[in-house]
Amino acid sequence: MKTANNKAWFMVLPVLLLVAINAIIPLMTVVNYSVQDTFGNNEFYWVGTEWFQEILKSERFHNALGRTLLFSTLILAIEIPLGIVIALAMPKRGPGVSICLVLMALPLLIPWNVVGTIWQVFGRVDIGLLGHGLASIGIDYNYTQDTLDAWLTLIIMDVWHWTSLVVLLCYSGLVAIPEVYYQAARIDGASRWAVFRYIQLPKIKRVLLIAVLLRFMDSFMIYTEPFVVTGGGPGNSTTFLSIDLVQMALGQFDLGPAAAMSLIYFLIILLLCWVFYTVMTSYDVDSSSGRSGGRQ
Amino acid sequence: MATITFQEIAHRYHQSKHKDAGFVVNNLSQCWQDGGAYALLGPSGCGKTTLLNIISGLVKPTAGKVLFDEIDVTDLSPQQRNIAQVFQFPVVYDTLTVAANLAFPLRNRGLVKTEIDSRVQSVLAILGLEEIANLKARSLNADDKQKISLGRGLVRTDVKAILFDEPLTVIDPHLKWELRTELKRIHQQFQHTMIYVTHDQTEALTFADQVMVMYEGAIVQVGTPQELFEKPQHTFVGKFIGSPGMNILPCAVDGSVAVVDGNTIDLQQDYELNRTGLEIGIRPEHITLSNDRGIAVQVTAVEDVGKHIVVRTKLGDHNVNIIVREGVAIPENPRIWFDPSKLNLFQNSYLLGVT
Amino acid sequence: MLELQNVSHKVGDEIYVDDVSLSLQRGELNILLGATLAGKTSLMRLMAGLDKPDSGTILFDGTSVLGVPVQKRNVAMVYQQFINYPTLTVFENIASPLRIAGKTRSEIRRRVNEVAELLQLAELLERTPETLSGGQQQRVALARALIKEADLVLLDEPLANLDYKLREELRAELPALFADMGAVLVYATTEPSEALVLGGNTACMYRGRVEQYGPTLELYRHPCGLKAARIFSDPPCNTASIICHAGQFAFPDSGRNIILPNVQPVDGEYILGVRPHHLSLQRNGTDDIELGGSVTVTELSGSESFVHFDFAGNPWVALLHGIKDFSTDTIVKFFIRPQHVLLFDAKQNLVSIPAPASGQ
Repeated sequence: MKTANNKAWFMVLPVLLLVAINAIIPLMTVVNYSVQDTFGNNEFYWVGTEWFQEILKSERFHNALGRTLLFSTLILAIEIPLGIVIALAMPKRGPGVSICLVLMALPLLIPWNVVGTIWQVFGRVDIGLLGHGLASIGIDYNYTQDTLDAWLTLIIMDVWHWTSLVVLLCYSGLVAIPEVYYQAARIDGASRWAVFRYIQLPKIKRVLLIAVLLRFMDSFMIYTEPFVVTGGGPGNSTTFLSIDLVQMALGQFDLGPAAAMSLIYFLIILLLCWVFYTVMTSYDVDSSSGRSGGRQ
Repeated sequence: MATITFQEIAHRYHQSKHKDAGFVVNNLSQCWQDGGAYALLGPSGCGKTTLLNIISGLVKPTAGKVLFDEIDVTDLSPQQRNIAQVFQFPVVYDTLTVAANLAFPLRNRGLVKTEIDSRVQSVLAILGLEEIANLKARSLNADDKQKISLGRGLVRTDVKAILFDEPLTVIDPHLKWELRTELKRIHQQFQHTMIYVTHDQTEALTFADQVMVMYEGAIVQVGTPQELFEKPQHTFVGKFIGSPGMNILPCAVDGSVAVVDGNTIDLQQDYELNRTGLEIGIRPEHITLSNDRGIAVQVTAVEDVGKHIVVRTKLGDHNVNIIVREGVAIPENPRIWFDPSKLNLFQNSYLLGVT
Repeated sequence: MLELQNVSHKVGDEIYVDDVSLSLQRGELNILLGATLAGKTSLMRLMAGLDKPDSGTILFDGTSVLGVPVQKRNVAMVYQQFINYPTLTVFENIASPLRIAGKTRSEIRRRVNEVAELLQLAELLERTPETLSGGQQQRVALARALIKEADLVLLDEPLANLDYKLREELRAELPALFADMGAVLVYATTEPSEALVLGGNTACMYRGRVEQYGPTLELYRHPCGLKAARIFSDPPCNTASIICHAGQFAFPDSGRNIILPNVQPVDGEYILGVRPHHLSLQRNGTDDIELGGSVTVTELSGSESFVHFDFAGNPWVALLHGIKDFSTDTIVKFFIRPQHVLLFDAKQNLVSIPAPASGQ
């Protein structure tokens, strides 16, 4: 028994090394920077939590955080219901299934930076199909000048790019529901809404949780697309936390504040993911206290 | 409640190249009387679940008509037919409480709250679910979940019929007894038309007043448990019902005497001569094992199953099973005697009447 | 020989297997009987090495197998679900354990044909599992377990998903199939009647514990306690409480005395257990115990009648031969031979089974 255990540790070693190089060491470096100040000549001074206090008080950070939160909220509010609706509308069997799945998968295959470039060109008033088209029917659309247009562009782009992911996840959950549930619902005289509310939604809740977490983290950390399309503008109107962070770290080379900010950023994501997870799995906790448990 | 009638019902799931092939249920006409307790009994693949789904409206038959009290309902949905159905695997609405699960079909039909509450309370009491009425259904074990499925059928007092599709498959043996007896009691009390599909003869025979034995898409025999047991119309029924099933032995008949492997058996009745394809059928319960009476056999196995003993013997090349009461000794040179009043004679697998 | 010594297994706070000690011989059929969640599957997983016990030892032929991974243990397992390789033919499915063992082609062909013959699969060797009926699919899974010549064969409710008649058929075949293998054979079931037909030895399980282990019929006739009697009874065992006061047994509510011959009348509270088929409508001896009640429901099966009645608040059932149809609320009276009474003390342990009075 002992030998078997030791062997197991050796097997895990490569993974541990990988995790250390990938995550722990960079994280510690950031922690290290976040509590020191430097004037660029490789001399560091201990400043304690000064950077953290400064970031947390700064209006620039508040604004960027607000914008990012708003963006994520809008993305989730649109993509999750839309994804569910599309998944419900997709055929469950027959030749239509594979066609729908391929169509749904297409946007997911395009890399972030390419998506950004596509929409940047697509939306341009002078040559873009969308921008020019809108202009020609008299709609004043310009994402480089108008805040609302810039936001709309980014949101439509993200919805176009990522709703498919939600659709595919929900669809996989839906097709896994046994036919007998629908039969029972017909016998019970359930309405379409009741079927969704009491059968489909509970049964896809787990995959929906994954979809929400993935879409939240992705949208909260969005960088490439706004960077390519709007560059954070007009003004600061689309400067999300990630863009702000890069500007601070690379543009102004303020390593200390940038490190502190990225740690705060990281903790916010962790916290919000935990909140989502707890809220959405609260039913499962409830179940373990029930009669006789679910041992199979 | 209603009398349910099938008029020349046929069904197949896939179109077949051959015009007459692929039918799961074929040209079936049958009637289920208002308030009866029926069982559809047969091996898997015999079409019994299809038949049930045609009654409830989950499956629309390829041909034929379904009538409820003389009204054609072939094109109506399950809701419109007002049918309750319980499935093999428990179906519960996970996020609802036990009580809300029972209330679900009533709410869908827009009943008033006080009415819903009182019906739910009574069904909770019947099924012994009061204690867990406020738990979420998903946290329960399979037994309780299936009780909820049953309850959703029972809660609707105005249904035309309650259909059961092997409802006790996932239930532990002890609870099976309880629930089956409970169903029988509920039937006696409320007189719902109940149709119960199963492959388990004990369930079918004990539950139903009329049992329909199905085989390859057709109903082979309809009768009371006693009729099926004592006068099976087909050797399939004889073998399928009873455990072990009826002993079926090929024989020749000469007047009132059957000849099996050179041994004569008294039939006590005259049958026409010159018949072929004859078989004699006798239940293991109706054979007497003794030292001195009847035909000599070789015992191949003795299985004591507690309440009785199954003695497996060979008469020539034929297997003959005998049921012996608990505590009876097996004779050394066993002979078997067939009770003539319990003998059945089959020709080409069908029961022969007396001439 | 497979020996389990004080084996326990917990998952979280829940005890799946609780202090189980068993010793199972090669070439014998061992049945684990108990309701769902009694711990049958958990115990099998421990035997197979799929899980490790939290405490206790498992010895195979005298040596501990706790550190040995499943792959090296030569175990065969058949589940309630029909598990076969869906894309392989029946022949390849059956042959798979031999292919892994690296047997020669001619030997594989010979042995697969042998086993297929035995399980009536010879005609189906070229088909794929999904084209077969449930019974045939399970036969394929059994054939694979059989051909492996494993030291330990675990059958976890293998017939539960089959039709009643098919079950009866396979049940009769199974013991013979595995008899010559010389393996330790373990068979889990929820059904008392299945255990009785299969014979061999039975372990009655309740909530992770083995209540009693021994030859199947012996266990059926002499349950060590009320739990074992309840587990091993179909229809359920009837029970009622009785008291012994001043050397006299009596039913507490009616105060009516009963005589249990050759039982030491120690004062106290007892539970009386009677199996349904031991209730009779006729008196079979002068010392018969009489009891009765009003009928709640009668079930007829053609050959037998199950008469459910209320005996002083206890739901009782009598299994009678032939058609005995009593309508609801009829008052019925039954007779029980004293030697068919199981007497349990207040702690539910068997006190004694009354011996028949002399001359019976």
